[in-house]
Amino acid sequence: MSHISPVLWQFLQHWLSNFPLWPPEASTIAPQMDALIFFMILISLIGLTIVVLFIVGFSVLYRKERHPVAVQIEGSTLLEATWTIIPLGLFLIMFVWGSLVYFRVYTPPANAMNIYVVGKQWMWKAEHPGGQHEIDALHIPVGRPIQLTLISQDVFHSFSIPAFRVKREAIPGRYTSVWFQATLPGTYHLFCTQYCGTNHSAMIGQIVAMSPDDYKKWLDESNSGNSLAQNGERLFASLSCNACHSGRADARGPSLANVFGSTLTLTTGDKVNVDEAYLRQAILNPSEHITEGYAPIMPTYQGQISEDGVFALIEYIKSLNSNYRVEQTLTTTDLLPESEGKAAPAPAGKGAAKP
Amino acid sequence: MSTTIVTLPDQATARIPKMNYLSKEKGLLSWLLTGDHKRIAILYLISITFFFFIGGALAGLIRLELLTPQSDLMATDTYNKVFSMHGIIMVFLFLVPSVPATIGNFCLPMMVGAKDLALPKINLLSWYLYVAAGIMMLYTMITGGVDTGWTFTTPLSTHYLNTHVISAGMAVFVAGFSSIFTGLNFIVTTHKMRAPGMTWFRLPLFIWSHYAASILMILGTPVLAISLVLIMLERVAGIGVFDPAKGGDPLLFQHLFWFYSHPAVYIMILPGMGVISEVISTFARKRVFGYTAVAFSSVAIAVFAFFVWEHHMFIMGVSNYSTLVFSLLTMLVAVPSAIKIFNWTFTLYQGSITFETPMLYAFGFMGLFTIGGLTGVFLGATGADIHLTETYFIVAHFHFVMVGGMLMAFLSGIHFWWPKMTGRMYPEKISQLAALVTFLGFNLTFFPQFILGMMGMPRRYAAYPPEFQTLNVFSTAGATVLGVGYLLPILYLTWSLKYGEIAGDNPWQATGLEWQTQSPPLTENFPEIPIMDHEAYDYEWLERQKEKEVPSVG
Repeated sequence: MSHISPVLWQFLQHWLSNFPLWPPEASTIAPQMDALIFFMILISLIGLTIVVLFIVGFSVLYRKERHPVAVQIEGSTLLEATWTIIPLGLFLIMFVWGSLVYFRVYTPPANAMNIYVVGKQWMWKAEHPGGQHEIDALHIPVGRPIQLTLISQDVFHSFSIPAFRVKREAIPGRYTSVWFQATLPGTYHLFCTQYCGTNHSAMIGQIVAMSPDDYKKWLDESNSGNSLAQNGERLFASLSCNACHSGRADARGPSLANVFGSTLTLTTGDKVNVDEAYLRQAILNPSEHITEGYAPIMPTYQGQISEDGVFALIEYIKSLNSNYRVEQTLTTTDLLPESEGKAAPAPAGKGAAKP
Repeated sequence: MSTTIVTLPDQATARIPKMNYLSKEKGLLSWLLTGDHKRIAILYLISITFFFFIGGALAGLIRLELLTPQSDLMATDTYNKVFSMHGIIMVFLFLVPSVPATIGNFCLPMMVGAKDLALPKINLLSWYLYVAAGIMMLYTMITGGVDTGWTFTTPLSTHYLNTHVISAGMAVFVAGFSSIFTGLNFIVTTHKMRAPGMTWFRLPLFIWSHYAASILMILGTPVLAISLVLIMLERVAGIGVFDPAKGGDPLLFQHLFWFYSHPAVYIMILPGMGVISEVISTFARKRVFGYTAVAFSSVAIAVFAFFVWEHHMFIMGVSNYSTLVFSLLTMLVAVPSAIKIFNWTFTLYQGSITFETPMLYAFGFMGLFTIGGLTGVFLGATGADIHLTETYFIVAHFHFVMVGGMLMAFLSGIHFWWPKMTGRMYPEKISQLAALVTFLGFNLTFFPQFILGMMGMPRRYAAYPPEFQTLNVFSTAGATVLGVGYLLPILYLTWSLKYGEIAGDNPWQATGLEWQTQSPPLTENFPEIPIMDHEAYDYEWLERQKEKEVPSVG
C-alpha cells in the first residue's frame, strides 16, 4: 500500500474495520425481535435468490443466439397457484410472528415500574416515581420491567431506543405507553425518530441501564426530596382540589381514594375504567366526565397545569389507593406551601437533571 | 383475416414520415394550445424532467450534509427544508405524474386504438394545473422553502412552523387535481374509446395497470385535497380539527393523509409495472406469462391499497387489535406484487431474449422492486415495524420501491418508446452503460441505508452519532454515481433528437397497436381506426403480418 498516503491509509483502515452492523441486544425483547427480523431476512434472501437465479438462468438459456424462436406459452395455473400460495403462507407466518412481538412490546406486565416521559421541542423529560427527574437521559435498573407513559407537550415525537428494539410515539393530548426490561448494563442511544422541527436531530439522549445497586445509588444521589406523588399532593392542595375532593361524605366532589383502576359510572350512563388517560381527561376537560351523582361544577384545568403537573396529580391519585395515605392526606391541608417550611413545590433546577 | 393495420416498412430504408404529430403545426402556441395527447405527453415529459433534476439536486445536498456526522454544511433548519422539498417535489411533481402523464398519455390512446384521449381539453388543463403547481412550488422554494416534511404532519405544520406551508400545500392541492384529471381521462378512454375488437382481455397489461392506478387517483386524491385544506384552514383560521387543545385529534390527520398516501404509493408503482409488462414481453418475444393473473393482480392491488393505511401508524398509539387487521391486509397486498414478479420472470422462459437498454432497466426493476417489496413486508409485520419504522430502513425501503422500482420503470419506458415519440433511436451502447451505472449507483446509495436503519439511525436527522459515518459515506458515494447515471440519459437522449438513427415504425418488433403505425405517429395516430383481431402480445400474428407484406413497400 505504498502508493497510498499513510495518513489516508490509516484513516481508511480505522474506518473500514470499525463500524458496527448490528445494534446491541440489551433488552428481553431484543432477541425476540432479532429472531423475527433474521427470519424475514432469511426468507427475503431465499426469495431474492430464486428470482435472480431464474432471471439469470433464463437469460442465459433463452437468449436470442441460443434460442432464436420463442415458444409461446399461455401460462400455468399450477405454477401460478404455487407462487401465490407459498408467498401468502410465508407472509402469514410473518404476520402472526410480528403480531406476537408487537403485543409483547405494547402490553406492559402488571408489576412494571412506571416512569413518566414528556416530550417537547426539543427535549425529553423523565419523571421517576421517586421524584427524580432528568432531561434527555433515562436511568433504569436492569432486570426489572419498566413502563413508560409518554405524552407530548407540543408536536409528535417518538421515543426510540434501538438497543432495546422499542419505540413509541409521544402524541399531544393522549398517553401512549411502552415497556421494556433491560438486560445489559450500559449506555445506549435515545433518539426522537418522529420529525419535530428545527432541532429534531438534537433531540437525542442517553439510556443508562444500571445494575440494581448502582441504580439505588443513583436514586439516592438524585433525590429531590419529594416523591412524584408528594409533588402531586402539593399541586392538589395548591389548586384547591381538596376543597371538593376531600373524601368526606358531604363533599361536592367524589372521593378519589381507590378511584384509580376502578370502574366509574358517569352521568351520561357510560361506564369507564379509570386509568391514566381517563384521569388526564377528567382533570383537563371535567365537564364531559362527571361521575354519576355529582353536579358539573368542576372548572377546566386546560392550560393551567403542565403535562408534568398532570403526571404528578395522577401519581398522587394512584397513591390514594392505600388506606394509610388516604387518612394521612385527604383530610389535612397542612401541606400547603405556606404552612410548611420545606414544602416549596420542587423546583426544576434542584433535581437530578444530569446530561 | 381482415386487418387494417398499416404495413411494416423495411428498417434499413425507413424515413421520418413528413406528416407526423411533431411536424403538423409549428410554433410555441401550437404546443401550448394543443389537444393532442402526444404533444401534451411531451410537455409533461419536459416539465417533470425539470422538477426531477431540482429534486435530484436537493437529494445531492442531503447526501453531502450526511457525509459527516455533524450538521456542518448547512443549518438544521435548511437541512429540514431541503429534505422536505426533495420529498414534496419528487412525490407530487415527479413520481405521481411520471409514467402516467408522459408514457401513459402518449401510449394509452394508441394502445386502445383511439385517436386521442376521451377529453383532450381536460388533458391540457391537467398539464396547466401541473405547471401552476410547479410554479407555486418554485415560489415556495424561492421565498424560503417549507420544512414540514412531505407528510405535512400536524400539529407541527399547523402551529409550530413559520415557513411557507400554505403555498406548498396549495401546490400539492393543485397537483392533485392535475392527477385526478389524468386518471379520469384514462378511465373514460379505456371504457369508451377502445377500437373494434379490443375487448378487455385483449388490452395490453400497460392499460390494466394504468386503469387500476387511475381508480386510485380519482378516489384517493380528493382525500389528500381535503386533508390539505383542513391543514390550511387550521393554520389560517385555527378551526381546531386536529388541535387537541380545541378538542381535535392530531391522529385524524394521520388517518386522512395516509388514506391517500398509501394508495399513492400504488399510483406511483402500478404504471411502472405496466411498462415492465410491455418491455419484458417485447424483448423476450413472448406473451406475458399468465396474462389474466397479472391483469387481476393490478386490480387486486388497487382494491387492497385502500385498506392498509394504518400500517403507517402502528407505533402511534392506535388500538393494538386494529393493527392485527391492517397488518393482515398489508400481507395480502404484498401477494399480487409477488405474483407479478414471478409472472414476469417466467415470461422469459422459452423466450428469445435480447438485452437492449429498456430490458436492462426492466431487469433492474425486477431485482430492486423485489428487495423493496420484501422489505415492505418487514414493515408490515407489526413487531418488526416497531424497531424499523422511522429509521433509515424505511427510507431505504421506499427508495427501493420508488427509485429502484418506479424510476427504473420510467427510464425503461422512456427508452422503449423513445423511437415512437421522436422517430429516432437512442444510442444503444452508452445507454446500456447508463443503465448499469444507475443500477450500481443505486445499490451503493441505498443498500447501506438498510443497515443504518437496523442500527436505529433515525430518518430526517441532520446530525447523527459518529459510528454511523462509514455507511453514510458509502451512501453518499453511491449517490454521486447515481447522479452520473441520471445525467447520461438526458445528454444522449437530447443528442439523439438530431443525430439518432431513424427508428422506423416498429424497431422492437413489438405487438402493441402503437407500434403498428408510423413513428412519430400522425396527429390522429392511425390513418384509419384499427380493428383488433388478435390477443395482446400475439407474436405469431406479428410474424404473419410480415409475411403478408409486399416486399416493395419501402
